[in-house]
Amino acid sequence: MSEPLTEPVTVPRVVASPAALEAISRLVAQRGPVMFFQSGGCCDGSLPMCFDDGEFIVGDHDVLLGTVGGWPFYMDGRQFEVWRHTQLMLDVGEGAPEGFSLPAGANRHFVVTSRVFGPDELAALDEDPRGRRRGTSERSR
Amino acid sequence: MTLTKDEVTTESASATEVFIAPGQVGSIVEVKPRYENFIGGAWVPPTRGRYMANVSPVNGRPFCEVAESTPEDIELALDAAHRAKDAWGETSLTERAAVLNRIADTIEANLEMLAVTETWENGKPVRETLAADIPLAVDHFRYFAGATRSLEGRSTEIDKDTVAYHFHEPLGVVGQIIPFNFPLLMAAWKIAPALAAGNCTVVKPASPTPWSILKLAEVIGDLVPPGVLNIVTGPGGEIGKALASSPRIAKIGFTGETTTGRLIMQYAAQNIIPSTVELGGKSPNVFFPDVMDEDDEFLDKAIEGLVLYAFNKGEVCTCPSRALIHESIYDRFMERCLGRIRRIRQGNPLDPATMIGPQVSTQQIEKIVSYVDIGRQEGAECLIGGRRAHLGGDLEAGYYFEPTVLKGHNDMRVFQEEIFGPVLAVTTFTDEADALAIANDTLYGLGAGVWTRNGNLAYRMGRAIKAGRVWTNCYHLYPAGAAFGGYKISGVGRENHQMMLEHYSQTKNLLVSYSTKPLGFF
Repeated sequence: MSEPLTEPVTVPRVVASPAALEAISRLVAQRGPVMFFQSGGCCDGSLPMCFDDGEFIVGDHDVLLGTVGGWPFYMDGRQFEVWRHTQLMLDVGEGAPEGFSLPAGANRHFVVTSRVFGPDELAALDEDPRGRRRGTSERSR
Repeated sequence: MTLTKDEVTTESASATEVFIAPGQVGSIVEVKPRYENFIGGAWVPPTRGRYMANVSPVNGRPFCEVAESTPEDIELALDAAHRAKDAWGETSLTERAAVLNRIADTIEANLEMLAVTETWENGKPVRETLAADIPLAVDHFRYFAGATRSLEGRSTEIDKDTVAYHFHEPLGVVGQIIPFNFPLLMAAWKIAPALAAGNCTVVKPASPTPWSILKLAEVIGDLVPPGVLNIVTGPGGEIGKALASSPRIAKIGFTGETTTGRLIMQYAAQNIIPSTVELGGKSPNVFFPDVMDEDDEFLDKAIEGLVLYAFNKGEVCTCPSRALIHESIYDRFMERCLGRIRRIRQGNPLDPATMIGPQVSTQQIEKIVSYVDIGRQEGAECLIGGRRAHLGGDLEAGYYFEPTVLKGHNDMRVFQEEIFGPVLAVTTFTDEADALAIANDTLYGLGAGVWTRNGNLAYRMGRAIKAGRVWTNCYHLYPAGAAFGGYKISGVGRENHQMMLEHYSQTKNLLVSYSTKPLGFF
C-alpha cells in the first residue's frame, strides 16, 4: 500500500475536488504516502479520515472504493452496503479536523459530499437504485 | 437527561433572565485570554508554546485560546500521573469516596457558572445544562463515591483448607478521550469511575470543546492530589494518538466515531491493554398504535418522546433519529408531533426559554446540510425544516439548523447514518414483526425507544431490539446506575454503572492454602 494505485475505473465511486487533490499533494510532499478511511457513527462520524499510509489497519471486510490523487480510499464493508448507490466527492472544509484525521492544510479538514448515481451509472456498477443489495448484508445485521 | 415537569417549573421560576455571555461585564463566568494544560495539579504551558483559538458556536467568534499541545505534553501528563498513582491507589476507600463527594459538592456549588460555561462553548441550551448536564455530573460523582464503598471483593472456599481471595486493584494510569457533545457530563462519566477505582487519569477533551473542562479544573483541581487528574488540550491526530498509543497507559476509554474507535482498539491491541469504546448509533424510536388510544398525559409524553430528537440539537449518540410509527396512526400522530416541533424555540442558548441552540462547529453544520441534501436526492420528503437557520444580529454567524423531519424508508442513508443534528428520519411499519425488522436493520445498536400502553408488547420489543439500552415509554434519561453502551458497531463496554469499577480495576487473586501437608508430587 505504499505505492499509489493505478486501477482503471469507468464509474468511480469516489472522486476528489481540485482543493482536495491540492491538499493531498501538499500532505504527501510533507509526510509521504497517505490513506483515507470513511468514518461513521458519533461526533465527527461521516467524515473521511486521512492517515499516514499504513497507520490504520485495513481489515479483510473493508472495501477499497477507489483512489484519490492516487491514494487508496476505504470504507467498512458493512457501511458500504448502505452507501453503495452514492458517489462520494472528497473535498476540503473550513476548520481543523475534530478526530484523529490529518488536516487538509492549516485549519482545514477533509469532507465528503455524496451524489446518488444516475440510472446509467447504477447499471454500469450493477447497483440497485434503492441502495444496498438485499441478501448481501444480512451477515452483519 | 430530559427535564422533568418539576424541573422545568423550578427552572423557569428561578432563571428567566438571559445569562450574560461569559467574559462580558456582569457574567458569572470569567474568561481568561489563554488557558494552559492542567498537569500535576498546576497550570502548565504547552511545551512548544503554541495555542489555538477556541470559538463559541453561539456567534461563531473566538473567545479564548487553549493550548495546542503536542506529544511532549502528553508525556508530561503521564509523568505526573505515574508519580501520583501509587499513593492514590493506596488511598483508603473512605478518603477516595470523600474526594469524589467533595468534587460533586463543588460542582453543585458552581452549577450555574458551569452550566453557562458549557452552553457558551457547546451551544446546548442553558435549560438543558442547568437541569441535566451539570446536575447529572454531580450525581455521577456521588454515585461512584457510594459504589466504590459498596463494591466487595469475593472469596471462595475452594476446599476446607484452600481459599481464593479476589481483590480489586487499580489499573494505574488510564487515558480518557472525551466527546464534544456533553463535554462535562461525559468527562464525569469517565473520570468518576476511574478515580473511584483508584486510578490516575490523563484526559483529552474534544477539539471543539476544550474549555469547559478547564473551567471545571479551576474549581475542582485542588480537591484531588496533584497528578491524579490531568487535562491536555489539542488536536486529536497529534495528542489523541499520542495518548491512546502510549505504552504508559493501562486502559483507554473513548467516545467518538467508528474509525477512530477502530484506531483506538488497534493501539490498545499493540500495547495489550483494554479499551472501552462508545461509537454512536442510529436509534429507532418505535410508536405502537395504542399510544393514541387516549388523548391523555401519556400521549403527550409520547409526542415529546418523538420530539426529543432535537434534544441537545441532535448531537447525542443515542439521538432517537429514526421514528418508526404504526401506519394506522401515522397521519394523526405526526400532525401532533409536527405541531410540537413548530413550537421549538431556537435561538441564543443562554436564554432559558431557548429549546435548541447552535450546532457545535462549522464541520457539524456542513455535515447536516450535506445529509439533508442526500436525503432529498434519495427521494425523502422534507416535512419541516431542512435549512440552516439564520437568526440575524449577533447570532447570524452561529451554526443554527432548523429542526427537520424527513419522511422516507429505512434503506436511505439518512436512516442508516448518524447525522448528529436535529434531523429526524421517519417511516411507518405494519405490525410488530415489521417494526422489529426495521428497528434492527442498522449497523448500530446503542439506544432505542418503545412506546406502547401494552406492557407485554413493550417487554417483547425491548428484549428483541439489539441495542444496549431500550428506553420504554421514556427517552433520553441518563441516571447514574443504568448501564450504558452499545451492541454491534456502537462499541464495546459499558459506562454509567457500578460494573465500570471492574472495568477500571485489575482482579488480584490470592490463592491461599491453610494446610500444612505437601502435595506429594516431588
